[in-house]
Amino acid sequence: MSLVHEIDYGTPASRSAEQVTLTIDGQPVTVPAGTSIMRAAMDTGIQVPRLCATDSVEAFGSCRLCLIEIAGRAGTPASCTTPVAPGMVVSTQTERLKQIRRGVMELYISDHPLDCLTCAANGDCELQDMAGAVGLREVRYGYDGESHTRQEKDESNPYFTFDPSKCIVCSRCVRACEEVQGTFALTIQGRGFGSKVSAGTLADDFLSSECVSCGACVQACPTATLSEKSLIEIGQPEHSVVTTCAYCGVGCSFKAEMRGEELVRMVPYKGGQANHGHSCVKGRFAWGYANHKERILNPMIRESIDQPWREVSWDVAIDRVASEFKRLQHHHGRLAIGGITSSRCTNEETYLVQKLIRGGFGNNNVDTCARVCHSPTGYGLNNTLGTSAGTQDFDSIEEADVILVIGANPTDAHPVFASRMKKRLREGARLIVIDPRRTDLVRTPHVEADFHLPLRPGTNAAMLNAIAHTIVTEGLANEAFVRERCDMDAFEHWAEFIVRPENSPETVGALSGVSPEDIRGAARLYATGGNAAIYYGLGVTEHSQGTTAVMGLANLAMLSGNMGRRGVGVNPLRGQNNVQGSCDMGSFPHELTGYRHISDDAMRGTFEALWGRKLDAEPGLRIPNMFDAAIDGNFLGLYIQGEDILQSDPNTAHVVKALKAMECVVVQDLFLNETANYAHVFLPGSTFLEKDGTFTNAERRINMVRKVMTPRNGGYADWEITMMISNAMGFPMNYTHPSQIMDEIAQMTPTFRGVSYALLERMGSVQWPCNDKAPLGTPIMHVGGFVRGKGNFLVTEYIPTEERTGPRFPLLLTTGRILSQYNVGAQTRRTGNVAWHPEDVLEIHPHDAEQRGVRDGDWVKLDSRAGGTSLRARITDRVAPGVVYTTFHHPETQANVVTTDYSDWATNCPEYKVTAVQVSPSNGPSEWQREYGEQAERSRRILKVAAE
Amino acid sequence: MSDDDKLVTMANQIGRFFAPQKQAEPVAAIETHLRRFWDPRMRAAIVAHLDQGGAGLDDAVRKAVQRLKEGPGLT
Repeated sequence: MSLVHEIDYGTPASRSAEQVTLTIDGQPVTVPAGTSIMRAAMDTGIQVPRLCATDSVEAFGSCRLCLIEIAGRAGTPASCTTPVAPGMVVSTQTERLKQIRRGVMELYISDHPLDCLTCAANGDCELQDMAGAVGLREVRYGYDGESHTRQEKDESNPYFTFDPSKCIVCSRCVRACEEVQGTFALTIQGRGFGSKVSAGTLADDFLSSECVSCGACVQACPTATLSEKSLIEIGQPEHSVVTTCAYCGVGCSFKAEMRGEELVRMVPYKGGQANHGHSCVKGRFAWGYANHKERILNPMIRESIDQPWREVSWDVAIDRVASEFKRLQHHHGRLAIGGITSSRCTNEETYLVQKLIRGGFGNNNVDTCARVCHSPTGYGLNNTLGTSAGTQDFDSIEEADVILVIGANPTDAHPVFASRMKKRLREGARLIVIDPRRTDLVRTPHVEADFHLPLRPGTNAAMLNAIAHTIVTEGLANEAFVRERCDMDAFEHWAEFIVRPENSPETVGALSGVSPEDIRGAARLYATGGNAAIYYGLGVTEHSQGTTAVMGLANLAMLSGNMGRRGVGVNPLRGQNNVQGSCDMGSFPHELTGYRHISDDAMRGTFEALWGRKLDAEPGLRIPNMFDAAIDGNFLGLYIQGEDILQSDPNTAHVVKALKAMECVVVQDLFLNETANYAHVFLPGSTFLEKDGTFTNAERRINMVRKVMTPRNGGYADWEITMMISNAMGFPMNYTHPSQIMDEIAQMTPTFRGVSYALLERMGSVQWPCNDKAPLGTPIMHVGGFVRGKGNFLVTEYIPTEERTGPRFPLLLTTGRILSQYNVGAQTRRTGNVAWHPEDVLEIHPHDAEQRGVRDGDWVKLDSRAGGTSLRARITDRVAPGVVYTTFHHPETQANVVTTDYSDWATNCPEYKVTAVQVSPSNGPSEWQREYGEQAERSRRILKVAAE
Repeated sequence: MSDDDKLVTMANQIGRFFAPQKQAEPVAAIETHLRRFWDPRMRAAIVAHLDQGGAGLDDAVRKAVQRLKEGPGLT
């Protein structure tokens, strides 16, 4: 094994179709017009010495090291800023150039500490490399430069240090922050020799600045100025493996850089087709949970949830699971047990869990956490377009002229894609944001939304109808597209509905609290601004009309002809890393892989033939239905792989009641999560670093996950644990590698027919459908025609949620995520990310706060019809009057104590985004929180006994 | 919310979506949705609720549940 080295071409690639031929050091080379001479040279294998150039940012021309000579031209231009020209004859190495470069390097080195042997970048330092490349042998100015000796390191960031004494002021960090990340947190302060990189705050440290800790600056730094603390502590890695991040649905590729089995750092992989070399604070740095002291490494059992855990061998634990599940089925029937697949686990693991439940348990009581996030996406897009997935690849945004973001906060929840979005916006694309909160995207450096529609929570469907109403009544629809591509009967019926006065911006404006003129303006921009792309998140789906709103988005895209090409489409931004994959793999109770209904006898028969088991033709219980059935006493056993339903699902008291009613709850996870407090068997899981497999991201891209270390739980990947349960249940599984599971998935699933590990190794990744019709995958869906045939307009009548405000609960609560924490926080709370978000807080408008006598930072009680909790208030006009907002990352807060049982009409996706609440001053955590904390502590007791 | 109340709310939500659609007759569409997405226990529970008078069920939903009762596959 060795390090995966990626070529740095010095400057970005040109996209020109025109080709230019020139000669560099006697070699002819042909490159796209607009390519820099530096990059063209690199194409021929000639590396021109450089320090300020790297191909992730535009050429800057400041270091004066990459000079070249061009025949017939005077001077020594910089090769990074000089584009190629036809017939140009370039020399990269002449006596004059050598002299100049040595002189430049002498100046750099005269002000740089020569502690190379003890420097963290020793062996991976471009300054060191360039000193060697230019043949530097002496420094006539001495080595006692003024600026490097007494400068203090900035160690405020949890993950990296800034050592100004080693800075050569090449501005690569500043430019990466601007061009790659789009945060503009860094600047060069001062002039000439006094120039220095600054985080631009009074404290002048990274932590207090606007830095989002994406790592782009660290990646760009050519010296040890910006270094990962893990690298400083451990040393240079000796091999690396390309794998896929296990956080959000962007699915970034990383090089896991290793020393033996110790992870030194995660470095974003330029070849990653979802992230193209960029990263965020979570994927880049927040992997310390893998070795956290609270990680559970041994299986544990207990007879009741009042008892402490007892460590046992794997055999004993698996036997307990199988015997308990068999007992429950014997006494209470085949349907008395079920399971939940994990959107944090691989496709192969998810497939095996649903196979175990359908084939081994003999029922369809299988669901996944997509139930509580994007299940409406599947139903809504399938019934309008014909496929339960987004229509575009991420690269498509480069050709979007108008970007409509609704119910999504990509700078926090999908930060790497958000950086690409912001880049396109800086290039001139127009922006519409529909969100109750003023998210960062509404106004961020060099980006400002043309329209922000701060609608009242719960009115998405009405708002989308009003936009469609405007497009139809003002004659802005793309009639040719609709006539050619859509079902005209359905369209005419829908059009008759949409032009009704109840859907006008004036009517909707009154009920949503948004100016009718802004609604009309947004509609006109979306319909007439060129390529228009929709990106949406859980602010659309997690409503009682979540599915209706997804259909509304599809209606809009069809109406305006924004489908079937680059730059357009309807794009769900998936929450967890493998939400798309877990849905694809047949995790929903009503369908097998590839979204095929379980009642289809012929299709089900193919699985029965392969698995050798009769399968139930009836749909099983969805997660909320499992809770209800448990409380009713007819659902008593649950196998949960990698999900914390107690913290993540709504109406916590209801979930607790359901878990307490079950007789055998099996939790397979990395930590004793909140659900495990009510479990009887704990099976320690494996991290993404400890297994092989695949994740499928929000753009349907199947990415490889590669094992870089032995599972710490005794050597078992999660798919192997599922196999052990299945075998103990009498449903044999004998896979020896996840590639065999993928082969079975491909065999059984038309949209995956062409997928194999061999193809993924060759292509890097592939987007489904991947089959005979599309052997290399499908970046853009619905090209030339919809998957379902004709596009289907569905009537999206606005029906207000039954969750209403009133005198007791006058405010509306909506919940969401922030950048540094991830979902229930099980991983990120066990990393340095707590530096940014140590607790959930309640955002409240100054007007509402003043009415209640609440000051910034005060403890407040948050009550709804479902329950109450206490947390600190943050007063901000980011939320509108009448609306409050919080996150659900911390179990000490348990924001879902407050959320209700209301759910989406089609899918039972909970209505997290609309809860009527009251806020009142409080002295601290509530009685319920104290009791919950005590119970959790009792429940986590572990008797340390020798494994049997 | 009791279990019956919850099921009634859910069934009525489904009914209200299908009521204005063109493609299918609403009662048939509601019945199909219940068959395709509700576990047999939930279907049996809503049928039992209908048998006890069906309080709270909208008209089209009531008819769809009646068809569920008369059709195959109820356990």
